[in-house]
Amino acid sequence: MADDKSADRAHIPTVIADELHIVYRVNGAKTGKGSATSALSRIIKRGEERGVRKVHAVRGVSFTAYRGEAIGLIGSNGSGKSTLLRAIAGLLPAEKGKVYTDGQPSLLGVNAALMNDLTGERNVILGGLAMGMSREQIRERYQDIVDFSGINEKGDFITLPMRTYSSGMAARLRFSIAAAKDHDVLMIDEALATGDRKFQKRSEARIRELRKEAGSVFLVSHNNKSIRDTCDRVLWLERGELRMDGPTDEVIKEYEKFTGK
Amino acid sequence: MTAPPSPDDGLSPAELAAKYGLSVSGARPGLFEYVSQLWGRRHFILAFSQAKLTAQYSQAKLGQLWQVATPLLNALVYFLIFGLILKADRGMSREVYIPFLVTGVFVFTFTQSSVMAGVRAISGNLGLVRALHFPRASLPVSFSLQQLQQLLFSMIVLFVVAVGFGSYPKLSWLLILPVLALQFLFNTGLALVMARLGSKTPDLAQLMPFVMRTWMYASGVMFSIPVMLKEHPAWIGDILQWNPAAIYMDLMRFALIDGYGSENLPPHVWAVAAGWAVLVAVGGFVYFWKAEERYGRG
Repeated sequence: MADDKSADRAHIPTVIADELHIVYRVNGAKTGKGSATSALSRIIKRGEERGVRKVHAVRGVSFTAYRGEAIGLIGSNGSGKSTLLRAIAGLLPAEKGKVYTDGQPSLLGVNAALMNDLTGERNVILGGLAMGMSREQIRERYQDIVDFSGINEKGDFITLPMRTYSSGMAARLRFSIAAAKDHDVLMIDEALATGDRKFQKRSEARIRELRKEAGSVFLVSHNNKSIRDTCDRVLWLERGELRMDGPTDEVIKEYEKFTGK
Repeated sequence: MTAPPSPDDGLSPAELAAKYGLSVSGARPGLFEYVSQLWGRRHFILAFSQAKLTAQYSQAKLGQLWQVATPLLNALVYFLIFGLILKADRGMSREVYIPFLVTGVFVFTFTQSSVMAGVRAISGNLGLVRALHFPRASLPVSFSLQQLQQLLFSMIVLFVVAVGFGSYPKLSWLLILPVLALQFLFNTGLALVMARLGSKTPDLAQLMPFVMRTWMYASGVMFSIPVMLKEHPAWIGDILQWNPAAIYMDLMRFALIDGYGSENLPPHVWAVAAGWAVLVAVGGFVYFWKAEERYGRG
């Protein structure tokens, strides 16, 4: 699938990562004596941050993604996949290096904007607005979102607070809201496996649709099968470093050897 | 991928990006661009503030009734302590003092809770900041908007108290609107400043209650500054009276209460009120914007 289209699209880059480093700072992770006073002196001096633990999550990753590519990100837990996605989206500032993008990449997901104490109905509106949709766009798609989620299949649940939903129902609604918007550069973080079997099928179909509309797609997943199905290129991250970058089959084969499958 | 040799091979990433017009991801927009982005998100800002307001009491049996009951109980407690036990109403009749006290409490609470919400606006919503794109100023602005709506509920209680103590609706009540607008501007600016400080130093959430309480006692919430400080040098009273919290409280009392005339207001009070609002709002906005690209770091 990579070869037939690569000729006309290979040369228009959409995302360029140039020696990208991401560092998290964690307050209060330091143990032992004197941590309180050192924290105080840190606040007062505002200089070198001694009491703060630094987590170097991404270390010097460089790659170029081209228009029309679907790129999978693999690696063991904590290898920096999600962090890399957030940096590409411009949500986490780079410590060193730069990311250049064409348009505004967006993560698929609105979980953080939704409130459990509000009804599903209001969450659809709130989530849509948080993703930058206009009120008219939300009104147009409202019914689609609700139908897609299947929340109302077992009665009028959309007018109940989200905290009354089962975890599966809530996950379905969240996915439906997130997938309602079209994206330039789309990034999906293990969103494929939500809900029951029927809903999984439906969401996979929707992701394929979104992929067609998007310029480039990044997919983070631990499921090698879904990577094989959707991606034509794979980046393998390990301990924040880019270990391999190439066609899906080659990289997955090496990765499976590495994980001992 | 076995890409055929292309004319781009020799280019550095930066040159390649420039050639195809890619921009740096997550870069801070210019100030005017930022303002227009923020304006574009006005529906989100409003919806988010209303959602927060509703979610606050959604588990309570009395539900949204608490929006009014909370300020009412608050006013009752202050009346009990300062009106009945401490008798802080020096030189004021009961008809003036009770609305005076309640107005002070509500108006100050508006600023206080905006500041407290501001401190946690970024640090308490890091998940949201790290998941979605929007001008980060949306959060502090949205939180002060939530406090404004909260105050509007309190105003219902305030009107009832005013009427109950003999101050009937009159034309000067219209002055409440500009006072609220100015105070809202001031609070939003303050919330923006606190949001940036709090994103770097979340400890401020522990410290601020003490700062705010000191500010409250210094602003004449439960007593009249000129009367209380009669024996002290005049400049102390002047400084206290010109502090923004006292200014907005006094203007609100002047608008609302019959027996509280302009002789209680410091000179140039409207100019000072507007000056504080514009200064803090513009300054706070620029200060917040300066760190826009760094809020995701936490």
